Amino acid sequence: MSTETKAPDAFEPKIVAFVCNWCTYLGADLAGTNRLEYPANVRIIRLPCTGRIDFNLIVKAFEIGADAVLVSGCHPGDCHYTAGNFHARRRWKLFRELLDTVGVDLNRVYFSWISAAEGAKFQSLVTEIVEKTKAMGPYQEYKSIVAES
Amino acid sequence: MENELRNAIRELFANQGVGVAIGYGRVGVDGAVGAVFVTSPDDVDQLVWNNECRQNLAVHLTRPEVKALGKIAIVCKPCDARAVVVLANEAQIKREDLVVVGVVCEGIRNVKPDGSTSDKDYPKCETCVQHVPANVDVVIGETSKGEALDAKNAEVATTAGHQAKLAKLRAMSAEERFQYWRDEFSRCVRCYACRQSCPLCYCNRCVADKNRPARIDTSASLKGNFAWNILRAFHLAGRCVGCGACASACPAGIELDLLNLTLANAAKEHFGFVAGTEVGAAPLIGTYDRDDKEEFIR
Repeated sequence: MSTETKAPDAFEPKIVAFVCNWCTYLGADLAGTNRLEYPANVRIIRLPCTGRIDFNLIVKAFEIGADAVLVSGCHPGDCHYTAGNFHARRRWKLFRELLDTVGVDLNRVYFSWISAAEGAKFQSLVTEIVEKTKAMGPYQEYKSIVAES
Repeated sequence: MENELRNAIRELFANQGVGVAIGYGRVGVDGAVGAVFVTSPDDVDQLVWNNECRQNLAVHLTRPEVKALGKIAIVCKPCDARAVVVLANEAQIKREDLVVVGVVCEGIRNVKPDGSTSDKDYPKCETCVQHVPANVDVVIGETSKGEALDAKNAEVATTAGHQAKLAKLRAMSAEERFQYWRDEFSRCVRCYACRQSCPLCYCNRCVADKNRPARIDTSASLKGNFAWNILRAFHLAGRCVGCGACASACPAGIELDLLNLTLANAAKEHFGFVAGTEVGAAPLIGTYDRDDKEEFIR
């Protein structure tokens, strides 16, 4: 653990990660048991399958203050339910286009395939997301529409 | 053309055992055109056809009280006829219990949200790609403006003008786009006219009406309006036929169909899919291909 004290006003982004129970969640677990340190900014939400991840959850995450969202599941062909990730992949391809037209910052929405063996990939991806989000700053635009509601 | 339409419907009552004909008639106090449900051949003269027939009548096909009237004949513009195809593909209607009377359409007159009209075409129709209905049982009228578009030569049902508008929007920065929709959605009052006018928004209980748990903020707040409009558009991904009923029903004049057009363009570009053009087509979302694009996935 780092013992440096951070400036009290330093921006710590909130990252919401919607992960699949069968792969990325175990990958994150593996990162933990291997003592691979990754930033504590990520809030992991475990779901049965990426195919279960409703697009509303992404919108909801931004509504409750997320600065970036990660959706992560099994590599193609590895789905516990055979095809959940294939369905998800097609859905996200279209959903990203919609978010783009609405003006949601696509640099704050990440998708990845991380298997149960890829603890190091989880660590490096989360670290990268946190660093990039820190550089971008808080997601003021979405926070402002919530503040006005 | 109006007489041709009435004669065709009379004929259907006489020979095909039709119980109800859904068409356009002057139903408003000021003579505004809306849906009429003709249940007797004697009333067929109520039916009209002109450039004020804006609504997509396919919205009534899924209503149980309409189904209860017997075999249905329905008047469809070319864009509306695509909605019938999607409804049948999604097993919401039995196509064989239905007679689709397609009318050749050269564009619908624009009616602004304040009720005033202009002789300029409804924005969607200015340069529409389809004037002759496809996948219908009877075609009424003729035009020199091109032929029917079906699965073989499918195009996204929209217009060059609308595409240009979307292209202009997409050329802006993300911040500008967000600001644009922020201004637009701030006028949304959550009347759900977009949902009610859409033939493909047929869920008996909409997710927006569910409150345990509430999926989206049901008040007309800015965050709820963003969530609702994203939800509405995406539930129509790969299904929207581009009839524009949502945008024309919107009392706030929000161009909701730009969101649907984004998804229709994406479906065509990435998956070669145009909703409502192929009878029996499997739904776009609900099927998959092992080789679907995934360049955005890390």
